[in-house]
Amino acid sequence: MWALFSSGGMLAALVLPALTFVLWFGIPLGWIAAPSYEALVAEIGHPVAKLVLLGVVTLSLFHWGHRFRYTLYDGLQLSHLYGMIATVCYGGAATLSLLAAWVLWTFP
Amino acid sequence: MSYHSRVDRRWATRRAANPEYEPYHPKWHRKRVPIFWWLERPAYTKFITRELTSLAVGYAAVLLMVQVWVMARGPGAYERFLAILASPAIVTFHAVVFLFLLFHSVTWLNLAPQALVVRLGGRRVADRVVLAGHYVAWLVATAVVAAYLLWGVP
Repeated sequence: MWALFSSGGMLAALVLPALTFVLWFGIPLGWIAAPSYEALVAEIGHPVAKLVLLGVVTLSLFHWGHRFRYTLYDGLQLSHLYGMIATVCYGGAATLSLLAAWVLWTFP
Repeated sequence: MSYHSRVDRRWATRRAANPEYEPYHPKWHRKRVPIFWWLERPAYTKFITRELTSLAVGYAAVLLMVQVWVMARGPGAYERFLAILASPAIVTFHAVVFLFLLFHSVTWLNLAPQALVVRLGGRRVADRVVLAGHYVAWLVATAVVAAYLLWGVP
């Protein structure tokens, strides 16, 4: 779990600001010359890009699961809900990762 | 048999012999910590802010997948999704999320020299060098991601 947490933290630190800046601000707000729909589909549909995206998304989710688990324990003093919180955090990360794999697998 | 069930059985026999018997229960001395303990000092608040960046990381991962899923529904759906992304409320919210993501990147990379001891030729590489290396990696990753999204493979 710690390995997933730390590799996810590193990947998220390196690529998420760039990804979100372009996709949430740059393209929708017209700050940059956005690629056309077809071009963007081709970029995301590239097998290597799909694999990289799956890695980034899955590891980011497990980074969230692991860190948020301890945030709840310490920040809100919920250590008596130990088992439930762990299940929700890791289970949530695993479920969302499977969904992500399905989304990318069925992507044109 | 586990330690606890052995102790429980011993208590049960003693209570059967003497109804007054009470096992010794020490009361642990624990200070009550207020639930908002992390507002007491800037360092605590910084710690909890850093911990909460995981929510931004998780949100970004989920929204990226939603965006890919929407793109698979065709150009019309994608246009509508872009319009939602451009609405002022969402832009404001995403600006906050983006700040949290940046805070995650900075705090994460700043810890790298403590997490990673690099040795070259039997000597430890100085922390500043390891730190600078990570920031260069951040810069390169940002450039690669942006260039790929904007221009694709040339």
